[in-house]
Amino acid sequence: MKNQLYLDHAATTPMHPEVVEVMVSALTSHYGNASSTHQLGRESKGLLEEARVVFAKSIHAKPEEIIITSGGTESDNMAIVKTAEKMKAKGRHIITTNIEHPAVKNPIQYLEKNGYEVTWLPVNKQGTITVDQVMNSVREDTILVSIIYGNNEIGSLMPIGTIGKSLNELDHEVVFHTDAVQAYGTEHINVDDQYIDLLSVSAHKINGPKGIGFLYMKDNLNLPSLMMGGEQEKKRRAGTENIPAIVGFKRAVELRQSSKADLSNKYEGLKLETIERLKETGIAHAVNGSLTNSLPHILSVHIQGVSAEKLLIHLDLAGIAVSIGSACSAGNIEPSHVLSALYGEDHPAIAETIRISFGYGSESNDVLKVVKVIEKAVAFLKKT
Amino acid sequence: MTNSNTRVVVGMSGGVDSSVTALLLKQQGYDVVGVFMKNWDDTDENGVCTATEDYKDVALVANKIGIPYYSINFEKEYWDKVFSYFLEEYKKGRTPNPDVMCNKEIKFKAFLDYALSLGADYVATGHYARIRRDEDGTAHMLKGLDNNKDQTYFLNQLSQEQLSKVLFPLGEMEKKEVRAIAEEHDLATAGKKDSTGICFIGERDFKDFLMDYLPAQPGNMVTEEGEAMGKHDGLMYYTIGQRKGLGIGGNGTSNEPWFVIGKNLAENELIVGQGFTHEHLYATHLTASQFSFTVDRELPETFKCTAKFRYRQRDVGVTVHLNNEEKTATVEFDEPARAITPGQAIVLYDGDECLGGGTIDKAFKESDSLQYV
Repeated sequence: MKNQLYLDHAATTPMHPEVVEVMVSALTSHYGNASSTHQLGRESKGLLEEARVVFAKSIHAKPEEIIITSGGTESDNMAIVKTAEKMKAKGRHIITTNIEHPAVKNPIQYLEKNGYEVTWLPVNKQGTITVDQVMNSVREDTILVSIIYGNNEIGSLMPIGTIGKSLNELDHEVVFHTDAVQAYGTEHINVDDQYIDLLSVSAHKINGPKGIGFLYMKDNLNLPSLMMGGEQEKKRRAGTENIPAIVGFKRAVELRQSSKADLSNKYEGLKLETIERLKETGIAHAVNGSLTNSLPHILSVHIQGVSAEKLLIHLDLAGIAVSIGSACSAGNIEPSHVLSALYGEDHPAIAETIRISFGYGSESNDVLKVVKVIEKAVAFLKKT
Repeated sequence: MTNSNTRVVVGMSGGVDSSVTALLLKQQGYDVVGVFMKNWDDTDENGVCTATEDYKDVALVANKIGIPYYSINFEKEYWDKVFSYFLEEYKKGRTPNPDVMCNKEIKFKAFLDYALSLGADYVATGHYARIRRDEDGTAHMLKGLDNNKDQTYFLNQLSQEQLSKVLFPLGEMEKKEVRAIAEEHDLATAGKKDSTGICFIGERDFKDFLMDYLPAQPGNMVTEEGEAMGKHDGLMYYTIGQRKGLGIGGNGTSNEPWFVIGKNLAENELIVGQGFTHEHLYATHLTASQFSFTVDRELPETFKCTAKFRYRQRDVGVTVHLNNEEKTATVEFDEPARAITPGQAIVLYDGDECLGGGTIDKAFKESDSLQYV
């Protein structure tokens, strides 16, 4: 059974038809290795560099500051592990939040086990931190601050610009990384104005292909490559470039950049409408995090007194895809560390929260549909 | 109600039986939903648990058949209702049957309730048992046609209400047919070997496993005359009638092998005796409690039927004296019965129909209580 209504765009997105089109063309014609000097190789090299310009422009960076990677996880790993490695002579203290994506949380925990000291800043009920929390934690030996731009589960936004600016005013170097994988599609990012040193982006969250992304690395940073091998990406990322994916990613970025503000407004509207419709049903609910200071496409809502797991199955069997968190290897849903950070580990919201996330193709009618099915499912679940 | 608007939630374990169960129901046109139950966490230091492999097989099979599937966690329920009971029984020197308890409390209670909340009309499992329904809807649980696989012994605690919501599509089949169907449809589990023993112990050594949870109290092994015969590792590791693992051979009054013929919990002594047919291993009747019946009708206080007091045992003739209020019974054997084991189930049958059963408490030889716990 296929899902007829996809409302899980924060997990991943369908590819835009234009992205598919340029990728099919690249898959058919541009098989040359960008490191080869013959014509096919040169063509690939050209496509690669054209894409780099588009990626750079989208965040107000220089093309040489863009390292193309296999996606968000690799970008985060490289940013964190390689910064820690490079800066270890200067210090071993890292600052981050307690609601990072696992691609940031796990490398930092790995460093913590290997001689680094970590300050995990607790978020408030709105799912965010203040610049003061960061600055009060900075020490002489702080080398890295890694703060998620917008949270993937509850959408909460962090004050990236003010943190960047404050860190920049310090009299010693602290590298500032932000995981912008979830935020890139809707937020206006300017790495200069926001004093960002490292920024992770993934293509598949913006209707591009999976397995491709980039890491913005400020030009003087010179982190060593995470992958060891060939000299691709100016020795900063070994491995033959995936030209068709890069071409698709480029198209996805172009499409997104030309419509970002409109899409943000549209998703925000759908989110507010969902809340309105939910209110009309009389179902007891509460929005997790903040409704205003959050990514427009993500709505995390606690449906009070209703098992989110059962609700998800009801929705899925009715052809509607939403999310309730990630599953372990045996398929069980693991309790969210983000919701635990917000409420504490025993709060009912942890087992009663669903995430609805909007994206390409979402429309008002979808809101009506999903709320209607939720209403029906909740009524059934209350009865059984 | 047609099959297509009858929702059946299938408990899928990642084994061949439940895989074929799901397949057959799908072929019959039911609205089939697969659910994998994770009841036990044996995650090792590398983060790997046996459930991972099984769940992967559920995914392969469900996708092949074309049904949705989900993974549900019943670890808490399993711990509270099955594992705690299991440990308590061992502490009392008894030999519990966790499969009976798992069916009663997890598969046909927690899981059944969960399935109903997903809109299920029935739940189905890969058990080898049959359900026959009367015109008025009354369900009768009959032995599986594959005599070697019949699992009604483990299902004896199911009530009429539970049975009214249950389908056992494999009850009419033989195991080899089930495997053949799985192979024919290229199901990933077609060649998977059957799980053996108690699910949460898996491949581990039983003693080793139990030692993690219960302190072993070694003591003396003695004959019924009180003659010391060496040491035992802890009474909980031994079952009435057991021969293996005693570490004593020959000697005594004959050259016959030694068997566990009783336990003295107060003295922490294991009583051993010689010969398979040792008189202390034979009981004339037993008492049992926690009786539950698959049938709704009130059974007479005294009736004759057949019974099994061990899985895969041949049925034996019995006379049951029932105390309906206390849910207890005294069961007299037509012929003396060997190695009655307190903690195991005594299951009653009327021909092929499983009437229900209880938990064995004590065994008697005429008017003497046998010292089994």
